Amino acid sequence: MNKRKVTFTVNGERHELVVEPNELLLNVLREKLGLTGTKYACGKGQCGACTVLVNGESFLSCLTLAVAVDGAEIRTIEGVAEPDGTLDPIQEAFLDSSAIQCGFCTPGMVLMGRELLNRNPRATEEEIREQIKGNLCRCTGYFSIVRAIKSCCEK
Amino acid sequence: MKKDPKDQLSNYEYQFIGKPVPRHDAWDKVFGRTKYADDFDMPGMLFGKVLRSSYPAAKILSIDTSGAEKMPGVAAVLTAKDVPNNETVTRFGQTHQVGGFEGLYRVLADKKVRFMGEAVALVAAETEEIAEEALARIKVEYEQLPGVFDPLEAMNPDAYQVGEGDSNIICNYQVRKGDVKEGFSRSHVVVENTYRVPFVEHAFLEPESGIAWIDDSEIITIRVSTQVIEHFRDVADVLGIPHNKVRVIAPMVGGGFGSKEDITVETFLALLTWKTGKPVKMTWTREGSIISSSKRHPYVMKYKTGATRDGKLMAMEAQLISDAGAHVYLSPWVLLYSTVDATGPYDIPNVKVDSYTVLTNNTFTSANRGFGAPQVCFAYESQMDELARRLSLSPLEIRKRNYLRKGDALATGRVLEYGVETEKTAIKALEALGEPSMPSSPTEKIGQGLASGMMSYGRMTFLHDTSRSYVGIELDGSVTVRCGVQDIGGGQASSLASIAAEILGVPMEEIKVFIGDTALTPIAGTTTATRMLYMSGNATLKAATEVKKSLLPKAAEMLEASPEDLVFRDKKVFVRGAPARAIPLADVVKACAADGVQLYNVAQFNAPFRELIDFKTGQGQVFPDFTFGSHAVEVAVDTETGKVRVLKLVACYDVGQAINPLSAEGQIEGGALYGLGYALTEEVILDKGITLTPSFSEYLVPTSVDAPHVKTIMLESRDGAGPFGAKGIGEPSCNSIAPAVANAVANAIGARILDLPLTPEKILRSLQKL
Repeated sequence: MNKRKVTFTVNGERHELVVEPNELLLNVLREKLGLTGTKYACGKGQCGACTVLVNGESFLSCLTLAVAVDGAEIRTIEGVAEPDGTLDPIQEAFLDSSAIQCGFCTPGMVLMGRELLNRNPRATEEEIREQIKGNLCRCTGYFSIVRAIKSCCEK
Repeated sequence: MKKDPKDQLSNYEYQFIGKPVPRHDAWDKVFGRTKYADDFDMPGMLFGKVLRSSYPAAKILSIDTSGAEKMPGVAAVLTAKDVPNNETVTRFGQTHQVGGFEGLYRVLADKKVRFMGEAVALVAAETEEIAEEALARIKVEYEQLPGVFDPLEAMNPDAYQVGEGDSNIICNYQVRKGDVKEGFSRSHVVVENTYRVPFVEHAFLEPESGIAWIDDSEIITIRVSTQVIEHFRDVADVLGIPHNKVRVIAPMVGGGFGSKEDITVETFLALLTWKTGKPVKMTWTREGSIISSSKRHPYVMKYKTGATRDGKLMAMEAQLISDAGAHVYLSPWVLLYSTVDATGPYDIPNVKVDSYTVLTNNTFTSANRGFGAPQVCFAYESQMDELARRLSLSPLEIRKRNYLRKGDALATGRVLEYGVETEKTAIKALEALGEPSMPSSPTEKIGQGLASGMMSYGRMTFLHDTSRSYVGIELDGSVTVRCGVQDIGGGQASSLASIAAEILGVPMEEIKVFIGDTALTPIAGTTTATRMLYMSGNATLKAATEVKKSLLPKAAEMLEASPEDLVFRDKKVFVRGAPARAIPLADVVKACAADGVQLYNVAQFNAPFRELIDFKTGQGQVFPDFTFGSHAVEVAVDTETGKVRVLKLVACYDVGQAINPLSAEGQIEGGALYGLGYALTEEVILDKGITLTPSFSEYLVPTSVDAPHVKTIMLESRDGAGPFGAKGIGEPSCNSIAPAVANAVANAIGARILDLPLTPEKILRSLQKL
């Protein structure tokens, strides 16, 4: 197949890469850029563990071709905190609410929470549950995750 | 003699135990920095793939691998004939030979396949695509066999034989107490029902994954997502090499729930790296995982329970039949748990239990959160509500009249030595549930349900279970714990940090816990059986206490006080009642080091040992202790659609002592939803051995919008066998949800459904609308 050149920024850093036309964003992030915080868990868009933000919007990177995000601004879990390591409030909230057990769904959950708060800082519990309904978590029962996101919402 | 945990630290308040703090592993996880099994690469590594059988029951006539071998980029193609010891015997649990029911572990199918998804051949290639293509070029000639898919059918002497033996029945246990005939004759009501529960998929988010490599001293290292690093022995036996030539490292695990207790990718990786000399990585696809990994056992459970007019249980007779699937694995022990737990937390004078586990050509079944306890809990708790209904007693009242209490004996004769707070948990759960809500539509009916459960923590007492932990204090006062635990997300490692911090008075962030490496950490046993806090917590407590003891004489000398009066806190040592008389802990350590005092300790904790029970009467002790608790739920059932909505859910469990209440609560909340999936949506459907639910589109794990509001009530009796009086909570927390939901549904619609999950179809059928 004909390789293509793509250019995008990931967590503020610009990358120019040569990719296969069928190469998935998930694999490019994990294998070419070493950003392993984005997880493979189902490969079919059924669990949300591979969630990243593309131009601020949540995308399932296991269903997204790398060529489809040419020119985009991508944020992964590694780019949620400030470059100096200062946690984003949503990350603080996940720690404080103990919303993390095995941690495998955490990157996707944090990014879904971030997306919602950017769009709707006054989200209700129902809106939060709706937001993360495509992201499976087998450990927490979602209660602590919902609590964490809720604690970041304005009253 | 059991020591009173309350005495250990009664002279001052805990600093870390029982305090809600973020777990030490949470920071890396929230940054996305934790390196799980698949997040780790090696230069020049190959990719491994598994060819799985195309039929659930077939003879393998021939395998032609030449097409695959010829492909450029293919480094190895292996079949059964290439495996030095393709068949080994697993002895259920790693360390000790227990006799009876030895399970065959067959690495690759040879001559015959027993289930769809069984591994037939392995490939290692330079890319995943090449490996995938190579699998397609392996030609396997099969002759299909009839197979058997129903455990009841498989029990017939003339049934198709799944294995090579002369019976599909793997084993049978019996419990005999009193005389059930007599008990039933003295009963005013007798309830008889047959319950059925389905296959369950663990559905951890991280699929099975690992990487293996050989170093220049010919050590094979396998870095793998596992609950049991001690499988290094089994891997070595398969390869026919000394045990000390295989090293297993367990990084943080993205969920286990029992399915990473058995070997998954370890032997495949070891074989491929051993053949090629190169690092090999293997990660299963979700579909590969669902069709080929272990499942929770489906059971058919015939229960007959009798009670007097005032609700006192007189007799229980139960027949349990579990579907072991195609290979033995842990089925005998799962069945033993069910057998011991079959009466539930109740005192019953006359008991007869007969249990069987049977091979079929379905996907094999093995450990799954609860290990045989949730199945019988669904049955015995459904029975309790039926008895209550027939006797016009409230569900709480009938239970109160029958709960076992501390000092009482189970039907197996085992006397409960530690805290039994079941009644309190039921009362509190119901109180918190409150008054029933009003229906939101004319077709909706509201119901409330209660269920109590018990499940052991700690492995079976005939296994001589042990754990070891190293605690050392450094010259700057920081602390190192080395303990071979596998952390599967429950806070297994973090709780050890809390314990060491408490004893040595060092802040959590200055405790480093090294886990899960057979070469570097003392062997701590499996992260299974809700044993890790109990076993490794006690080992760490012991080691930390020894380290403190070795520092005490020097500290006493430096402070001119007597050792009994010293307090270790905030990295200082001071005299009780005179905090100004303090010296930095680091100074004490340095002074001890100068004197050659030992600054570390490796402690071993041994669980109590008992002989194996009598299989004909069930009499004896099987477990160190049990965790008791209750769930109360409120449901709304739409009688037009059959849909069940859970409106309220209360979980009340006695955790003994929460080491970290946030972690313990997390287990109770997560366990509740795990159980709710069992109650309402989850079922691996097999049609003559073929999995019809190979992805999360068909296998329905509860999502955030399915999860109701959960109220968690944690009781702390401080009367468990774990450190500081802790009990185990990981598995017991999911136990009594499904019967609580079933009881609530029965309360709502006035009809009882005997099969899980409680799907809309079953509900409509029970309302005679289908």
